[in-house]
Amino acid sequence: MVSPRTIPRRGGHLGGRRKGNSILFYVLVIMIMAPFIFPFAWMVLSSFKSEADVVAIPPKLIFSPTLANYFKIFTAPNLDRYFINSVVVGLGSSLAALLLGLPAAFSIARFRQQRLSLAILLARIIPAMSVLLPWFVWFNILDLIDTYPAVILAQLSFTLPLTIWIMISFFEDFPRELEDAALIDGCSLSDCFIRVVLPISVPGIVVAFLLSFIFSWNNYLISAIVGGADTKTLPVIAYSQIGYYQTDIGAMAASGIVLTLPVLILTFFVQRYVVRGLAFGALKA
Amino acid sequence: METPQVHRNTLSASLAARPLSVWDRLKDWVDKRAHLVYPAPSTLVLVLLFILPIAYTVYLSFHNWNISATQPPRPVGWDNYVELVKNERFRGALVHTFYYSLLAVVLETVLGTGIALVFAREFVGRGIARTLFLFPMMATPIAAMIGWKIILDPSTGVLNIFRQWGMPPFAPLADKTWVIPTLVLVDIWQWTPFVTLIVLAGLTALPQEPFEAALIDGATGWQTFWKITLPLLQPVLVVAALFRTIDSLKAFENVFVLTRGEPGYASETLNLYTYLEAFEYYHLGYASSLMIAYFLIILAFSLVLIRLRRSSW
Repeated sequence: MVSPRTIPRRGGHLGGRRKGNSILFYVLVIMIMAPFIFPFAWMVLSSFKSEADVVAIPPKLIFSPTLANYFKIFTAPNLDRYFINSVVVGLGSSLAALLLGLPAAFSIARFRQQRLSLAILLARIIPAMSVLLPWFVWFNILDLIDTYPAVILAQLSFTLPLTIWIMISFFEDFPRELEDAALIDGCSLSDCFIRVVLPISVPGIVVAFLLSFIFSWNNYLISAIVGGADTKTLPVIAYSQIGYYQTDIGAMAASGIVLTLPVLILTFFVQRYVVRGLAFGALKA
Repeated sequence: METPQVHRNTLSASLAARPLSVWDRLKDWVDKRAHLVYPAPSTLVLVLLFILPIAYTVYLSFHNWNISATQPPRPVGWDNYVELVKNERFRGALVHTFYYSLLAVVLETVLGTGIALVFAREFVGRGIARTLFLFPMMATPIAAMIGWKIILDPSTGVLNIFRQWGMPPFAPLADKTWVIPTLVLVDIWQWTPFVTLIVLAGLTALPQEPFEAALIDGATGWQTFWKITLPLLQPVLVVAALFRTIDSLKAFENVFVLTRGEPGYASETLNLYTYLEAFEYYHLGYASSLMIAYFLIILAFSLVLIRLRRSSW
């Protein structure tokens, strides 16, 4: 019998089996990657250009770089304040999501609560726009508009479903024997959850936390509507500066880079789980 | 069999002698109802964040209100929905939204699958390539759109490279015909990697046997792709396309930053139109009817997704 490995693979489309190492193949990969990297590269280039270089036509690829744009945006008033707002809202909404979501995810995974998991999926699908108005009205009535609790609670609308969904798949992978062994040893279910399941699930918890934080950091709409002068996050201020920097393209580019750089760095740590988080277990990736 | 029984009896006897602490009793109470108690806080928050607001939006949609504290919502019956059906801007937004989604989903699915087939091979730098590939969808959307705004700027943008060879200035975002395809281009940039990664995951999960059989039968690469890979991948592709459909109907930041619905209303999507009616014009009643219509459209697509999930997973 011929082992599958010895069969030469020709034109197959099997994941990760065939090696493509010809120069032509690398040209293809670069051609695919280039358009996806281009906007970032263009923004980085623009951010290091002087005011004269950035508006030059045809656009310059070779120029003497300057840090002037970065000085400009870092000396903008209240930047530290907006940064702190982004961090507080991000931490708040992802930690609250963990606190509420971990027991829920454990219960859904352990008791196979299909209907609940379906409800979580629906929460992921419903557009924020169709529930944003009541939050806005209610937070106004309660005088909570432009407070951290309001923004954090509203952002739970996406961090909580995301956290629950990611943790369900982690808890489902959890060896049931370990759990049962702890239960037989006279450990109560709650003890077992807190002392056995949670410590072993730390990697999953970190992934859920980081993804929640990233999505919270990225969110514009909720912070813009429910937040206000005191709780403005970085995307909100970056958007409002687009008009302000209209002709100052270098400063605009620098603000874009500074805004997204933390997220791109965090992406390295969660890359394997991004699709799992976004596609909500449509696939066991 | 006997000994543990005895042991347990003495144990419970000794426990009975010492009354259970409140904490232990609470834990016991929680444990017995874990399937209800554990998900309760999350459920409560989700009801608060989704169910109640939707109910309130339905209520508001039968009223007129401009969020004034002194004038409460005034009941107007079905007026807002009648207005919705008659409103040309709403109809325009519907058309733009579906046009945008159709273009985006078809192109992203085809491109995403093609790229996945390339990335499925092993090559040096594959890990880096796949991480970089995540950047468009993970980057802060407002930042990414700032980048695109700079690129597409009519007077200083990248298209001006072509002017030195005599091409006239071209501002696709100011052109009624080109504005939506250009916004779709940005959507493709942002979300094709999502399809690619789903398909890649699907590819690695495919069974090996059909491919080996095809190889032995001497099938060409092209035949293998159309007759085996594609049919086997179909459920994955359908899910990827449905997620893209639902999310592209919700596209916001690119429209909001790059055009705000202009020129005229040529690129106004349902999401943006709803935003403007609610948070810039403060037509809360009419905006609520828009939100309900919008919600029902998304829900219809979601139900398809859920049905498929149930049948294939």
